[in-house]
Amino acid sequence: MSRPRPKNVVLIVARELATNLTTPVFLVDARGHVVFYNEPAEAILGRAFSESGEIPADEWRLLFASETSGDTLSAVDDLPSAVAFRERRTVHGELWIEGLDGVRRLVESTALPLFARGREFVGVVVIFWEREAGTA
Amino acid sequence: MRVRIWGCRGSLPTPGRQSMRYGGNTSCLEVWLDDGSHLILDAGTGIRELGLALVESGRRDFHVCLTHLHLDHLEGLAFFAPVWSAEARVHVWGPASPLRTLEQRIARWFSPPLFPVTLAEVPSQLVFHDVPADAWEIGGLRVDAQPVWHSGPTVGYRVDAGGAVLAYIPDHEPALAADLADRSVDWISGHSLAQGAGVLLHDAQYTLDEYAAHVGWGHSSVDDAVAFARVAGARRLVLFHHDPTHADADLESIEATARELWGGDESPTLAAEGMELTLTAGSGTSASEA
Repeated sequence: MSRPRPKNVVLIVARELATNLTTPVFLVDARGHVVFYNEPAEAILGRAFSESGEIPADEWRLLFASETSGDTLSAVDDLPSAVAFRERRTVHGELWIEGLDGVRRLVESTALPLFARGREFVGVVVIFWEREAGTA
Repeated sequence: MRVRIWGCRGSLPTPGRQSMRYGGNTSCLEVWLDDGSHLILDAGTGIRELGLALVESGRRDFHVCLTHLHLDHLEGLAFFAPVWSAEARVHVWGPASPLRTLEQRIARWFSPPLFPVTLAEVPSQLVFHDVPADAWEIGGLRVDAQPVWHSGPTVGYRVDAGGAVLAYIPDHEPALAADLADRSVDWISGHSLAQGAGVLLHDAQYTLDEYAAHVGWGHSSVDDAVAFARVAGARRLVLFHHDPTHADADLESIEATARELWGGDESPTLAAEGMELTLTAGSGTSASEA
C-alpha cells in the first residue's frame, strides 16, 4: 500500500494557526507550492481555498500579477514570499497585487521561512494585510 | 513480529492497588523478531524490568527509540541495566531539536541535581542518533519516525517487518491541528505512520469531558483516538498512555467508550503491562495476545 506524502507537522500546525487568525496568511511548502490560505486571505486573493485547492509553484506565479508601489511591474521573483523561499530569510515588503478576482490591492507582506528537524526547510509562512493607497 | 508492553502509563508512574490490572510503569515497548532483530520503544520506567531480562539473555547491542524526552518516556534510561554494563553498546534514537543535540538534552537528565551520575561516567558505549527523515533498518525491522503533534520535538514510529506493521504514537493530539473528520489525510499529523497498521498503539489519555480542560496539552481524548485510528485505517487500536488519575475501573470505562465508538470487529483494547502482541504479515494486520 502506498502512503501519501505527509505534510510536515510544522506546516500542519501553521495551517491550524492560520485558520484561527483574522490576519490573512498563506503557506508555501518546500516545493514552492501554495498549500493553504485562510479565509481572511481569500478576501484579498479573490478566491476561496476550497475552490482553488493547492496551487503548484508554476501556476501560482502566473495567477497573481503584482507590481511595486511605483509604476514599474515587479517580477514575481521579487515578491517577499519568493525571496524568502529562495534565500531562506525573512522578508518584508509593500506591493500591489491583482488577485484572482481581477481587483488590484495594495498590501504589505512579511514572509518567514519555516525550519524543522534542526535546519530542515519545510516552507514559508506569508502574512499580509491590505493597506489604503497613500497611507503610511 | 512480537511486541511486549512493559509500561503504558502516561505522565507519572502510578503504582498501587488501583492500577494492578493495567500497570503503573510509564511507556516502554519491546519489539523483536525470531531472527534476533530487536528494538525498544521509549524508556519510561517500564524499561527497568526489561533491562534486567535482557542482561540475562546475554544481548550486548541495544536500540532504544525515543518518541520525545518528557520524563515519562526517558527517566527509565538511567535504570536500564545495559547502560551500566561496560560490555554493552546502547544506540539511542530520538527527535532532533533546533539548538541542542540529543546527547546534550539527555545529559540534562543524567546530571545533578536530577541524577547523581553524568553521561560521561556511564560505563556502556552510548551512541546517540537523530532519527533520520527516511525509514531505516534495525536488523529485519524497518523503522520510520515522523514528527507528530505533541508538546516539543516529538516523533511517532512505524515498525514494519515484511508487511506486519506496528504504529506507536503514545503522545499525540492530532485533533488540535486538524479536524479529523474533513481534513485530507496528508494534513493529519501521524496519519502516514498509522495508515493500514495491523496494530496502532495510540494516546487515549482523556475522556471527552476531561479533554475539554486539557486542550493543547498534547494528548488525545478516547473519541479522537478512535477517530484517528479509523481515518488511518488501522486494523486494531490499543489505547495507550493511561492517565495517572485513572484507576483500573476508569480505564475500563474508557475502553467501553472506545468500543462503542468503534463498532465492527477488532474492538479497541486497553494496553496493559505484560500484554504481548503477535503481528503477522499474512493478512498484513492480524494480531493476537499471548
